[in-house]
Amino acid sequence: MLDSGFKILFQGQNFNRLLEGLWVTIRISLISVLLSMILGTLFGMFMTLPNRITRWISRFYLEFVRIMPQLVLLYILYFGVAHAMGWNIPAEFASILMLVIWGTAEMGDLVRNALISIPKHQYESAAALGMTKRDTYLHVILPQTFTRLLPPAMNLITRMIKTTSLIYLIGIVEVLKVGQQIIDANRMQYPNGSLWVYAAIFFLYFIICWPISLLSKYLEKRWK
Amino acid sequence: MTGSFLQDFGGMYLNALLVTLRISAWGILIAFVIGFIASLIQYYKIPVVRQIFAVYIELSRNTPLLIQLFFLYYGLPKLGIVLDREVTAIIGIAFLGGSYMAEAFRSSLESIDSAQIQSALSLGMTPSQVFFHVLFPQAMAISVPPLVANVIFLIKESSVVSAIALADLMYVAKDLIGLYYNTGEALLMLVICYLIILLPVSILGSIIERRLRYAGFGI
Amino acid sequence: MEKDIQLKAEKIIKKFGDDTILNGIDLEVHKGEVVVVLGPSGCGKSTLLRCLNGLESIQGGSITVDNQVLDTKNTKALTELRQKVGMVFQSYDLFPNKTVLGNVIMAPTLVAKRSKEEAIKEAHTLLDRVGLWDKRDAYPRQLSGGQKQRVAIVRALMMHPEVMLFDEVTAALDPEMVREVLDVMLELADQGLTMVIVTHEMSFARAIADRIIFMDQGNVVEENTPDAFFTSPESERAQQFLQTFSFDKKKK
Repeated sequence: MLDSGFKILFQGQNFNRLLEGLWVTIRISLISVLLSMILGTLFGMFMTLPNRITRWISRFYLEFVRIMPQLVLLYILYFGVAHAMGWNIPAEFASILMLVIWGTAEMGDLVRNALISIPKHQYESAAALGMTKRDTYLHVILPQTFTRLLPPAMNLITRMIKTTSLIYLIGIVEVLKVGQQIIDANRMQYPNGSLWVYAAIFFLYFIICWPISLLSKYLEKRWK
Repeated sequence: MTGSFLQDFGGMYLNALLVTLRISAWGILIAFVIGFIASLIQYYKIPVVRQIFAVYIELSRNTPLLIQLFFLYYGLPKLGIVLDREVTAIIGIAFLGGSYMAEAFRSSLESIDSAQIQSALSLGMTPSQVFFHVLFPQAMAISVPPLVANVIFLIKESSVVSAIALADLMYVAKDLIGLYYNTGEALLMLVICYLIILLPVSILGSIIERRLRYAGFGI
Repeated sequence: MEKDIQLKAEKIIKKFGDDTILNGIDLEVHKGEVVVVLGPSGCGKSTLLRCLNGLESIQGGSITVDNQVLDTKNTKALTELRQKVGMVFQSYDLFPNKTVLGNVIMAPTLVAKRSKEEAIKEAHTLLDRVGLWDKRDAYPRQLSGGQKQRVAIVRALMMHPEVMLFDEVTAALDPEMVREVLDVMLELADQGLTMVIVTHEMSFARAIADRIIFMDQGNVVEENTPDAFFTSPESERAQQFLQTFSFDKKKK
């Protein structure tokens, strides 16, 4: 019975349905990653501003978002804000919002660290050449930070994909939920379905995250 | 927050806090042990076992804890392995954390200059003396900041154990949100509870880190 | 004379992959003798020292210390043998987690199982001699390079080695600190310590050496007394080498 249990994965449309569920996860991850990378870069630059108030605000945001479990942030956004404002926030929107708020903080921290690791004389010699602040960032600083930033940023992407799994907990029908439905629907025919379906989901996540981790490690070694 | 909310549900939160602390503490403790052993195996390049641990580390780091828990709690019973909820949570945290701890220990060990080992050897120390008196104390000090970061990470990750119906902080908060519509209070209390656990760890971590950097034995 | 031989290397061969670093080196060091090994960078002189202390395995030949053959495979014998051969490295490599005193008494108490009191007593004498007893509670990061290197020498001496190997011990030091380390070594030579020294300090080499070994590309090219080597070297390769250390300013 056990050895034929894996057939549950290929029964009818089951595997396609799993992949569709996975796509929901991936789509939410991708949108969130993209927004977080852009906003995080801006936030990282914002954090380096020589201003006490902006530094204090960004510090508070960063520390709060980092110390809270992502699931708590998700609950605050999905249940808390909805309750306080009387809105009904769609679960998918709340998920993306949580991932972007968290991802921006993490990305911002990476960008700031990369920026402050650039020696001061790089800024000064650009200024001495008469470049504007904007040109200095665009043509001198950011290109140099890029190689430092890419490996940890890719690492952040895998963390965000893994964190996206939490959206199951606010009722979004993604890969885990689809898996449960498949297990339920085939309960009679495949009593051992859960073993195979959850193992399959485990490996689906692995197949997505592992190559990104490998690439990140490779780039880190190469650019060291 | 209204006083009556605390009166009515304070006890539930306290119990949940203890559940979160208990599973985190055990999970992290076991993760330490796994990580320590795995890092030694990788550092000393012990054949075969090393490859097995490499596979474990990749699997553990590239999959979400939530999925790991589902597999452990709902999948494994089909193989005749039935685990208690709390045990499942602890195994899950240890499985996830072991690889993070291993990487922290390993990179600290590798960051120690090989000349340290050679000068210890040239004084006539045995390889095990070199490890316990030269490598280990230095590696421990270097790895404190990443280890503290891992402890915080794992406590945060433990929040997903509510998914297997273990009555931790998230579970209680969600319960109250669903039952009594005290959403604001329930969430505020949740945030406060996590701050009570995580702030001291975080502050302690940064104190130790500063000590190591400025007053410690950095070269 | 044969009885006097403290350290003997016969036809040692060292390879890294396909590169031959040492190509059949013979070396005899007698009791109380100071041998200085010279040669251009990459000639294999540092590797030779590392082989003599068993830090590198050799692919051919044999090394004998005190009539005992060095075997890098036998860990127990190797650690015993290393206690007879002290080594000081270019990068000092004090243990950063120990104070000066901690560094110095670590091996005697741990390896030689001597009592702590006795080790401290001896450390007092030796650290006094290099002028660093006052610094006994300092951590390595609080010391200058020259001070660290003097501590490293004391640390090795504490094991009562029969031979001391010095691997370019002044190469990483600021010029004004070189002297204080070399003075310590000269004093040790006067006391009759057997030493093998790799260095780039030519005038120091001439002053301290009983014998000069000149190496090039993994071979011993010339063996000579210091005076003869520096005034009239026999081999052409050594002549070229010594020329790189003299400068002539062309005056109009």
